[in-house]
Amino acid sequence: MTVIQAIISIAAIAVFTFLLRAAPFFLFSKGKTVPPYVKYMGSVLPFAVMGMLIVYSLKSVVITSFPYGLPEGIAILFVVTVQKWKHNLLISILGGTVLYMVLVQTVFAA
Amino acid sequence: MRDLMMKQEALKAAFPYTLPVLTGYLFLGFSFGILLNGIGYHFLWALLMSTVIYAGAMQFVAIAILAGPFNLPGVIFLTLSVNARHLFYGLSVLDKYKDMGKKKLYMIFSLTDETYSLVCGITPPEGIEKNWFYFFISLLNQSYWITGSLLGSVIGSLLTFNTKGIDFVLTALFVVIFVEQWEKSGKNHLPALAGIAFTLLALLLFGQKSFIIISMVLQLIFLSLLAPWLGGQSDDSDSGHH
Repeated sequence: MTVIQAIISIAAIAVFTFLLRAAPFFLFSKGKTVPPYVKYMGSVLPFAVMGMLIVYSLKSVVITSFPYGLPEGIAILFVVTVQKWKHNLLISILGGTVLYMVLVQTVFAA
Repeated sequence: MRDLMMKQEALKAAFPYTLPVLTGYLFLGFSFGILLNGIGYHFLWALLMSTVIYAGAMQFVAIAILAGPFNLPGVIFLTLSVNARHLFYGLSVLDKYKDMGKKKLYMIFSLTDETYSLVCGITPPEGIEKNWFYFFISLLNQSYWITGSLLGSVIGSLLTFNTKGIDFVLTALFVVIFVEQWEKSGKNHLPALAGIAFTLLALLLFGQKSFIIISMVLQLIFLSLLAPWLGGQSDDSDSGHH
């Protein structure tokens, strides 16, 4: 990829990310009240979407061959447990990532 | 003069709420900088991307895009799939942002997962001007993200250590937000579970290329069907509380 192509790609990502963030404000602005259905979606979808993103971030994990998704499973269990216990974003994310890196680089190194 | 004081007060009040994001963004941004540097894009690229894109997950995806062949339609489609969730963030802060004035454009631009959850989850302390309070939350958060990615990019080019597995940082981030939302959503975990279940199903049935879009459609249908049970009372007094 050339520098120009890289800049075009980055610009496209930036523009379309902004358009998604701005769309609701264009569609439901001018002081109009938001329809109850839309309001309802706005209240339940964030929960569903976060579940979706977890799966998205794990889409390349292969569970049918070594290491059978074990490093991911162990690290996620760690993150969930520590987050529920300490409610500290940094400890959960940093700890989980370091644990995962150790697992894939040593215990489960291919 | 009074205007300046009011802004300072808002900034001071906003800062403590952003501390969890400070630590999270410094680390995530740092990881991003390291990975971006790993494919040969130096710190100016990190600065550019964190300034104009400012979307954590998407910037990690962008690393894969930059490392591959140029494909503009592919880039646009990926952006729309990965960031589609942002459509719904706007929906739940329409009321909160309605009289932002000149700040509104930046408030919309800076609506990341973390900023969204802060803005939704907290109300400004007594006597603090709410628009500036939310504005500084947004601005502080992006400054952490830019700082983290610059540090990662610069330090990543100096250090050589095995970064295999550092991309798990993204999963960890999503899991943490998921756990927090799970606890906030009280007894009703159906939407959260549906998100996982439909996405897994779509991934297994349709593969990596199209599963996000299919999953989103399934979720929309499912949650629409559940509306009579989950929606019920939509109070118009104040929005954004979960």
